[in-house]
Amino acid sequence: MSLMPSIINGASMGAIYGLIAMGLTLIFGTMRVTNFAHGAMLMLAMISAYSIWAVTGINPYLLIIIIGPLMFVLGYCTQMFLIRPVLRAESDKNDPIGVLLLTAGFSIVLENLALMIFGADYRMAQTSFSNTVFTFGNSSLSAPRLFGLIITLGVSALLWVFLQRTEPGRQLRATGQDRNTAALMGINSEQTFAVAFGISCALLAVAGLVLLPFYYVSPSVGGVFQTRAFIVVVLGGLGSVPGALVGGIIIGLIETIAAQFMTASVTSVLIYLVFLIVLFVKPSGLFGTKLD
Amino acid sequence: MSNHLLEIKGVHSGYGDVKVLHDINLYVEEGEILSVVGANGAGKTTLMRTISGQLPVTAGEILLHGTPVQHLPAHKIAAEGIIQVPEGRRLFPYMTVHENLLIGSTMKHVRADRQKNLEYIYNLLPRLKERETQMANTLSGGEQQMLAIGRALMENPKILMLDEPSLGLSPLLVGTVFDLIKTISAAGTTVLLVEQNVKQALKISQRTYVLENGVVAMEGPSSELIDDPYVKKAFLGL
Repeated sequence: MSLMPSIINGASMGAIYGLIAMGLTLIFGTMRVTNFAHGAMLMLAMISAYSIWAVTGINPYLLIIIIGPLMFVLGYCTQMFLIRPVLRAESDKNDPIGVLLLTAGFSIVLENLALMIFGADYRMAQTSFSNTVFTFGNSSLSAPRLFGLIITLGVSALLWVFLQRTEPGRQLRATGQDRNTAALMGINSEQTFAVAFGISCALLAVAGLVLLPFYYVSPSVGGVFQTRAFIVVVLGGLGSVPGALVGGIIIGLIETIAAQFMTASVTSVLIYLVFLIVLFVKPSGLFGTKLD
Repeated sequence: MSNHLLEIKGVHSGYGDVKVLHDINLYVEEGEILSVVGANGAGKTTLMRTISGQLPVTAGEILLHGTPVQHLPAHKIAAEGIIQVPEGRRLFPYMTVHENLLIGSTMKHVRADRQKNLEYIYNLLPRLKERETQMANTLSGGEQQMLAIGRALMENPKILMLDEPSLGLSPLLVGTVFDLIKTISAAGTTVLLVEQNVKQALKISQRTYVLENGVVAMEGPSSELIDDPYVKKAFLGL
């Protein structure tokens, strides 16, 4: 038995966890807000993509030109119209809890709307390449997972370049490091937050589309990924984009490789065990920096 | 219509229910170095933060070239050219020296001058050029202050407000920072200097306001205040 397929599968799933976690960590790193609606927003991206695919049959990867901008606008507006008023009202509080409750409530709204419109069924987009398998020597790899790995790594690299090398990326990092001083540089922090939120949701669009050809869609699909993303974000280091990718891949690899040797419930225990050990040795996470 | 570059008229301000500034009146003339001195807790930093839009003005107005700006948010006040170098430098710690300077020229209207300003600042402060690729949090206190001032200069300030630039620096470096302020002023930038180091502030500035408990206690030409018996006793330890 070769380990090669499980390594690729694990890395692929892990990179997707990483991409989802990157969105979460981007919002946290810039705004210091934990978005509890992250999983629900992923679900929204997947369900809308599934619905368009079911009607038109377009290759799901191509749907990024529709779903990507839509999700960006959704994220942008979520910050501008839902979160901003609460952040302003709580700006002088040391321990703002209102935004957390707001995002948690928003996720319930989204999930129930999806339940109402889409129904509770599990559906899968059986695309032309969903069951395609590449054979290398004596190991075989599922096509959508391999594509998923490549796309996810590519998008992660793009995000990294955006944050490190472009003007808006630099503004985002500056706002995350010190929003008051960023304002002294003429940076509108509320608008920067909205851009961060928009990018975060656009990353969810990519993750959702990559999952579509091989993962079941349902209104509750977000929960699994949100829990994983939280683990990954803390494991990789709060606010760290490379940390999210590495953390995601570690979790994905443990999940699939361990599954070959033990039952699924033990695998989950193993994930949390690794998580606890990392936090014990390095409380700020693998790539964490001290914030504030 | 006044001819002052910046005028503060009857300004009250503070933190929530805690009123710090009471009926502050002061003005800044184009091209001068104006200093605001006072003891710890007199309201100097509150004044800075109020002018730069980080604290709300509860009464009174702040005029730039006669136009009220007190209702603008902090990022728009920066866009008007009122630039603050905050107390404690407040650099972006996980960015390089170069990136910190680039962030200073984020605003669209100063972006065109980015290269020119970078060259000017690296020329003025060669130490920063040497440390260009170093993270800001690895710099020494003096270098951090230089960088904070350099970053503010990238914003093409109409008025440069420095909050305690000598804080935490060795006497030698304090001299260097004050020399730098003189150079910047000589190059045509208006400076509003807030200092606890009263002696240096009086030496470098043309006019001075003395803040005490949130009110302007004294004002006048620095050359006169430096010989004032009260100032000598209270601030200069003479």
